[in-house]
Amino acid sequence: MTTEASLDEIDRRIVLATQSGLPLEPQPYHAVARQVGIAAEEVMVRMRRMLESGVIRRIGVVPNHYALGYKANGMTVWDVPDDRVDELGEKVGALNFVSHCYCRPRHLPDWPYNFFAMVHGHDRGEVEQLVRRIAGLIGDADRGHEILYSTRILKKTGLRIGG
Amino acid sequence: MDELDRAIINELQGGFPVCDQPFAEVAARLHTTEQEIISRIGLLLKRGILSRFGPMYHAERMGGSLSLAAMKIPNSDFERVTEIVNAMPEVAHNYAREHALSMWFVLATETPREHAAALERIELKTGYPVYDMPKTKEYFIGLRFAA
Repeated sequence: MTTEASLDEIDRRIVLATQSGLPLEPQPYHAVARQVGIAAEEVMVRMRRMLESGVIRRIGVVPNHYALGYKANGMTVWDVPDDRVDELGEKVGALNFVSHCYCRPRHLPDWPYNFFAMVHGHDRGEVEQLVRRIAGLIGDADRGHEILYSTRILKKTGLRIGG
Repeated sequence: MDELDRAIINELQGGFPVCDQPFAEVAARLHTTEQEIISRIGLLLKRGILSRFGPMYHAERMGGSLSLAAMKIPNSDFERVTEIVNAMPEVAHNYAREHALSMWFVLATETPREHAAALERIELKTGYPVYDMPKTKEYFIGLRFAA
């Protein structure tokens, strides 16, 4: 399980100032510092600390994968024995074409799947080929799987905390 | 997109420096100028090739609650339910998928209690049960897409 890092009021203000993006100017952390009302060095120290503790996963760009030509996006879901899910999660999560990989609760009887891996390809043929590679890794622990392709993005705003 | 756009996208999926002049540092790595990097990122955002530039925060480590949830919505009722679900500020992402469970959304709230309340409101307003699937373990997140 994830642990919760303690954020103080200044961290929170930094999160609020940067969660929709970093300013596009030569000294972006100085701009954030002016907004938050502290020194630039303090912003950088705190952001490095949040990177280290995992509060910030990373700083960088998020491409719109549709725009890059990854038009087939399949959420692959698997029913695997509970006592093997961690071992398989490490293996499947390490594949270079899997973007997210999780264990989730089943909803029996109509939802038997407890293991999720997101796979992105230029077309469905490519996704199916990649799914066969996952199936090969999972081997006889695969008691059933499906690919749920996304057909439409209905909403995508990202995560936000309130002010 | 030209070579430099691709190089920027590939380079900056791996991280962005925390220092006085981070764009200058990236520019030196990619053999271009600070101003060029700044204006290219701005244009890639504007054209929708990038959906974000900045820090990606980890909701649960900030004390928040994040969950994937799904509903079985018949085609005939899909638009009505989409409108209700999308209107909720707690819904960060919502996708239509080819399956009996046809609507999949991510709920992001600051506390577990708000999470439960949001689920209840969705069930009440739409009339459909929600299959809540909070992750019990995360193995990997953060693929880098080759541009």
